[in-house]
Amino acid sequence: MNASLLAGEALAAVVQVVALALGAPVLLGLMRKVRAHFEGRVGQPVVQPLRDLRKLFRKERMRPDQATWIFPAAPVVLVATVAVAGAISPLVTTRPALGGSADLFALVYLLLIGSTVLALAGMDSGTAFGGMGASRAVTIGALAEPALLVTILALSFGAHSSNLPAIVQATVLHPEILATPQRLFSLGALVVVVVAESGRLPVDNPATHLELTMIHEAMILEYAGPDLALVTVGEAMRLALLLGILVNVVAPWGVGAADSLPAIALGVVALAVKVTAAGVALAVFEVFTAKMRLFRLPELLAGAFMLGVLAVVSGLVVR
Amino acid sequence: MTAGVMIVAGALAGVGGAALGALLPQRLRVAGAASLIWVACALEAVAAIQVLATRQPVILHSAQLLPMTGVDIVLSPFGALFVLLVALVAAPASLHAVGYARHGLDTRTAAAALPLFVTSMLLVPQAGSVATFMVLWELMALFSLMLVLVDHARSEAARSAGAWYATLTHAGAAFILVAFLMLAAGSSGQTFAAVAHHASRLGPVVRGSAFVVALVGFGSKAGMVPFHVWLPKAHPEAPGPVSALMSGAMVALGVYGIVLMGYVLLGGGPGWWWLLALALGAVSALYGALHAASSTDLKRLLAYSTTDNVGLSIMALGVSGYLAATQHRLLAALALVAALVLLINHAAFKGALFLSAGSVQHATGTRDLDQLGGLLRRMPQSGAMFLIAAAATSALPPLNGFIGEWLLFQSLLHGSGAGSTAGDVAIPLAVSAMALTAGLTVVAFVKAAGVGFLGRPRSAAAEQAVEVAWSMRLGVGVLVGACVVLGVVPGAMLPAVEAAAQSALHGMPAAQLSSGLDLQLAGVRGALAPAEVAVALVVAFLAVAGLRRALARRPAPRLTEAWGCGRELQTARMQYTAASFAEPVQRVFDDVLRPVHDLDLSHPAESRYFIESATYHSTVGDVVERGLYVPVIRALRHWGRIARGLQPGSVHRYLGYGFGALVVILIAVAVLG
Repeated sequence: MNASLLAGEALAAVVQVVALALGAPVLLGLMRKVRAHFEGRVGQPVVQPLRDLRKLFRKERMRPDQATWIFPAAPVVLVATVAVAGAISPLVTTRPALGGSADLFALVYLLLIGSTVLALAGMDSGTAFGGMGASRAVTIGALAEPALLVTILALSFGAHSSNLPAIVQATVLHPEILATPQRLFSLGALVVVVVAESGRLPVDNPATHLELTMIHEAMILEYAGPDLALVTVGEAMRLALLLGILVNVVAPWGVGAADSLPAIALGVVALAVKVTAAGVALAVFEVFTAKMRLFRLPELLAGAFMLGVLAVVSGLVVR
Repeated sequence: MTAGVMIVAGALAGVGGAALGALLPQRLRVAGAASLIWVACALEAVAAIQVLATRQPVILHSAQLLPMTGVDIVLSPFGALFVLLVALVAAPASLHAVGYARHGLDTRTAAAALPLFVTSMLLVPQAGSVATFMVLWELMALFSLMLVLVDHARSEAARSAGAWYATLTHAGAAFILVAFLMLAAGSSGQTFAAVAHHASRLGPVVRGSAFVVALVGFGSKAGMVPFHVWLPKAHPEAPGPVSALMSGAMVALGVYGIVLMGYVLLGGGPGWWWLLALALGAVSALYGALHAASSTDLKRLLAYSTTDNVGLSIMALGVSGYLAATQHRLLAALALVAALVLLINHAAFKGALFLSAGSVQHATGTRDLDQLGGLLRRMPQSGAMFLIAAAATSALPPLNGFIGEWLLFQSLLHGSGAGSTAGDVAIPLAVSAMALTAGLTVVAFVKAAGVGFLGRPRSAAAEQAVEVAWSMRLGVGVLVGACVVLGVVPGAMLPAVEAAAQSALHGMPAAQLSSGLDLQLAGVRGALAPAEVAVALVVAFLAVAGLRRALARRPAPRLTEAWGCGRELQTARMQYTAASFAEPVQRVFDDVLRPVHDLDLSHPAESRYFIESATYHSTVGDVVERGLYVPVIRALRHWGRIARGLQPGSVHRYLGYGFGALVVILIAVAVLG
């Protein structure tokens, strides 16, 4: 591998992480705007989450008196793992840095680090809500896992590899596999899993103010100031990353070798357009959805799992 | 020193350790025994490394030691890997035992049994004949039983655990013996080489039944469902270092036995054998993970998690055998490597976790998670090491648990669609079982770490806990270090694992995985660069932490009271307990777990509409134990009681029995002869 290629990969990785970090809060603002529109409100400006972050970073840091080093470390770990996952995923380029490691399986476990540490931080605060949120979050995570891995298995059949750049590249080369039942079933399963993993309706209500109905918010109830800002950025980046992976699996256009600056710029624009479209679709869906009861979630996730199994089976039958 | 001399010297060192343990004064006993355990581990490990490097087995024979059959020691590369695995757990565990000694390990019996237990485990994978194997296997069971029972005088639970363990392990040994006899009958000798040669000429029915019988026998040692019931009883009752040895090393020897039978002696077999193993492994993994997620006793949780991890390894083994049966030999080798890597990783992190649980018990006197809490502040090093080992068990990168799960997933992925319809159905199901297992493991270990080590202390004992002695911390630290090193640089263990897998699969191509720091699968597309990901994670962590420091105006956080909906001065009782943490999982899976809820409300005399106090109990029993073992035990009791009527103490009756038996035999001879 020559030096210029390596530099190109590194540049693309940096661009991907920066695009995620800056774009994710805007995506959040856009989704809120869409919701406000449907509810007949004007809503906040789209860049409001960025302003909120600036405000939060200026505030004082606080820590519950019982907490250990886990509590301040968790937001940093969350952002760091999502950033690494973002750097090695094929978002802008099909040849990201460390792309050989961008195994879908590894990506899932990288993202799992963030959620696990956040759950531990919830327990670390020593309150009722922290434990409640952690318990619910890890339970939902455990139930979403089978659907996720079976879907990964189904997606990996086409490329004979679970390497994400390879999957995206295989789809670029053979766009006809997008129309196979295997891909359609996987898409359905993947959407449900993305919703569950990023804590959106109907799994979790990110805008709730009642502690007893919270899942994710209960876990991070004790965070304030810069730490809360990091948690917010981390969660937004995770949502944007999951949507980015989803759209690049479904519509891998605009993702190229990205070996020159214009190509990278094109990749960023394509990604922004696709993720925006997916985010708006998700926001519209959320407007018409109510939060499900916690104990009805297994049914939803079992449904996603069944779609994943159907995807695998059809993949084996059609082969 | 040649490898053969080292093997013998190592065994003698172990016996010498037992002598020191029995003879030294109480204060020095465990330290003396431990020092010779290290010598034994070092000698056997060096011999094993030599064998793995040269790939030449070492063969020893002594006709004098065991009457009739003699002792055969054959250290093959495959067995050598397990010798290393035992040494990896035994050396740190015996170091930990020095600090843990006063909890029952410093009696003469226990201090002598510990080195003998370790030595027998070091020698089991070196056994080269049926008789040698069975003798060593039984010695291992016997010495571990003595160590489980150290607390027998005080604790009824320890006596009961000992009875369960003894019954199941001996039933298992009987099955193993039957399986060996089925193959060895009619063979020219009882060495494994002779048995393997003879077994290749046997019919499919004998071979198949021998494999299934051996799967049951070794499965009972490995903690495979439905023979796992002794684990959640014996592991909690045994002293910390002993449960680490039993869970990290001894249970792995159960899987060793299955590979020995399936690959080394029978040379592989039809797909149904291995799909059976795959199914049993998947059920074990799921069942263990589910119970781990709902346990509230720290060591019981770890014991169920052992069933879970061994289940994953047996799954990988099943996939390997199935792929070998469908002539995908490269993939079969990959899956076997996955199974062995899963076992090595399990030895490192579960050893560390059981030793940590021992440290916790030493510091607080309890292993009930609902009596713990806040230990990370009071035992900062032990707590941090527990967290790392728990993260490794949850398969979080860049720790070693992830490498094993990744290899298992890769072998499942590349194995799917490679064989028959049965495999096409089985493998997606196996992936989902593995995924649910992984998710539930996260639940179990977030619970263990969060309830046990974070938050506020839930009892005075936890409040007053102090950091344990350096020997105990160092023991855990060695294993935690292994978790990190094997996770970041898996290439360090892969050449040895490949050599072992190749020796078990004899004649099949080697799975070549490692090329420097990266993991690159040969023949199929799959790669991972754990070291680079680890470096990227550290760099990202430092960058984000630096960013926070640069942006925040006041870097040091202010300590505040946590939010309690306006209530001030929160108490430890307001926190989630282990039981409440596991409640959602229990409710989702209540068809399998069958929890028993018990809610007692008491009302004041004035009105039934008010509640004075409420007590809530929720217990999760073992469905397999209730449904399978309790009826059998009850039936045995019943028949035992009836049989008691045969012995009234009357000599006339006994003479009558003798006469009756004689008549029956004479009639039988007359009819058959």
